[in-house]
Amino acid sequence: MKFYRTHVLVAQDTKSILAGSKRIEETLIEEIKLAGLENEIRVIPTGSLGYSENNQVAIAIYPDNIIYAPVLTSSVKEIVEEHFLKGRIIKALAHPMKHKEISMEERTSENQLNIDVQKRIILKNVGQINPESIHEYIAADGYMALEKALSEMTPESVIEEMKTSELRGRGGAGFPTGLKWQFTRPNPGPTKYVICNADEGEPGTFKDREIMEGDPHKMVEGMILAAYAVGGTDGYIYIRGEYNLSINRLQKAIDACYEYGLLGKNILGTDFSFDLCIHTGAGAYICGEETALINSIEGKRGEPRKKPPYPPSQGLWQKPTLVNNVETFANVPAIINHGGEWYKTLGVEGSYGTKLFSLMGDLNWKGTIEIPFGTTIGKIVDTIGHGVRYDRVLKGIILGGSSGSLIVPGELNTPIDFQSLSRIEAGPGSGSILVMDETRCIVDICLNIAEFFRHESCGKCTPCREGNAQICHLLEMISYGYGLPEDLEKLERIANTMMETSFCPLGQTAPSVLLQALKKFRGEFLAHIDENICPAGVCEINFVEEECSCG
Amino acid sequence: MEEKKHLLEQLHEIQNNDDKHYLPKEKVVELAKKHGYDLAQVYGVETFYTMYSTKPRGKHIIRICENQSCHMANSKKLIRHMEAILNISVGETTEDGFFTLELSSCLGMCSVSPAMMIDEVPYGNLTEDRIDEILATYKEDK
Repeated sequence: MKFYRTHVLVAQDTKSILAGSKRIEETLIEEIKLAGLENEIRVIPTGSLGYSENNQVAIAIYPDNIIYAPVLTSSVKEIVEEHFLKGRIIKALAHPMKHKEISMEERTSENQLNIDVQKRIILKNVGQINPESIHEYIAADGYMALEKALSEMTPESVIEEMKTSELRGRGGAGFPTGLKWQFTRPNPGPTKYVICNADEGEPGTFKDREIMEGDPHKMVEGMILAAYAVGGTDGYIYIRGEYNLSINRLQKAIDACYEYGLLGKNILGTDFSFDLCIHTGAGAYICGEETALINSIEGKRGEPRKKPPYPPSQGLWQKPTLVNNVETFANVPAIINHGGEWYKTLGVEGSYGTKLFSLMGDLNWKGTIEIPFGTTIGKIVDTIGHGVRYDRVLKGIILGGSSGSLIVPGELNTPIDFQSLSRIEAGPGSGSILVMDETRCIVDICLNIAEFFRHESCGKCTPCREGNAQICHLLEMISYGYGLPEDLEKLERIANTMMETSFCPLGQTAPSVLLQALKKFRGEFLAHIDENICPAGVCEINFVEEECSCG
Repeated sequence: MEEKKHLLEQLHEIQNNDDKHYLPKEKVVELAKKHGYDLAQVYGVETFYTMYSTKPRGKHIIRICENQSCHMANSKKLIRHMEAILNISVGETTEDGFFTLELSSCLGMCSVSPAMMIDEVPYGNLTEDRIDEILATYKEDK
């Protein structure tokens, strides 16, 4: 094996590629060759480094532990000549880490707890290894958990370990993962399915993409472990059709696993066999609901099924089926490696471990973060997001996506964990944090959400199909200045009916942000209706003229 | 491992191999016959999912996002701009059959919003000028 004195990691996630990281990588290789260093310095593509701002490319240099950001094609020559040839760090280009969330040492060491706000367990390898190389994943202790499980543990003890960890599903509902596995295991085979729900469609959510683009093997290992535990024989990764980069990297990961005997017949020389393939979705938000997803794989419209029977007893093609989210599976290898008790040292009681969040909106820094449960919302906004941009005032936060909840500044001290959030009628949901500043109009935001759900309702049940359309219509009228005083009660009545009577979680949660907005920002709705004013100046209000006398 | 062929994947295949990026009726009927699908089921599926089209589309498909984060980054204005320069409305194809303009649900690029995809290539941090630049690069390969 060839030895290199220096490794240069170039971020190649969607965001970095957009900012031109491919070009930077090519230029680096070129310049290194020109300097005659191609046998000493190796350029490696990797996932998101977590440092780059919008439209910027970041590179990391090991073993020097230096991050250069932003890197432009014009600065590559200088980096090669100064840093690689002469060994001098270019201070002007080096990333000012003290302003950032974490330093390199902290992100590489797994045992330092709560030193800073972020804690990388799931994203440990993201930005550290080449996601397209199984060797690098194995070198970073990859597939060690699988080897341990297959050689030392029974399927039952894997499930026990998962139960000890008290990991809760990361798809939104928060169901205990170990229990789900336990329910699936005793159901008779021979065929049993393990499905990864990678249909990340909740508006404002892009955390699963970070795993699939940056460390696809971790998720695949989690799935193989799950299959071993529940007796799974066949697996599907149901992924959005729009996530091309994720699809390509996952396919490479699966191919490598087959080549190395980690998938297929007699995995690692044992009796355990498991097949895995990718199934591409075709653009339907409802397919994030597990039974709709199952219908979709069966080649049907993505409409949800009646529960019970639940998928663990009758799922895909009526066979026992386990469905978990990408992030849930990505947690599994660390739990098997270090044990469920170790996992419980992270987070807070009832919500153990770390959680990924997509941070966006009116913030100074946006991107995917990983925090231990128990961190307060305010700390995330201030420390990781570096506060509201343009020094504006925070108006509210939509937590957990369009079907999530609305947080107001008075609730910023709430820790992010299942219990604390449920006290303010919220939940981590899909893991998105959308920050809104004072210039945002709540009616406009609610209308945008309603338009989304009107489009995405599958149409199977009346409350959701008609309710979303009616909410949309009423909000549209209010935003144009044609709202009536009784409209707010009407909205509440429709929303409550939907929550109580819709067939599946889509309809039940679609009006939740609206209901909270009506409570927390009622004055703003009234201003649109009574005074024909949009306080934030967003809505295009048509002033209602005196009624026409010609009738 | 497949117990059955997967209908969604088969439809993707037909659509991806079609010059006009849609599901021609005769191909769909042929598929249904070959695999014993109920034609109504196939039609139900192709009209349910937004990525499929039963009508011919342009050479390049522009999918622009209009969800929360992009909406807050003023994507409405960009959509209007796009409609104006292409001289079509959302859902239509330009007269020369070069571009089709569609809306998309969240593309998961909220940290670089507003965002869009042209065919399989994502673009973020869009402005009106940036859109003009990007569209010009496509027109060059015409």
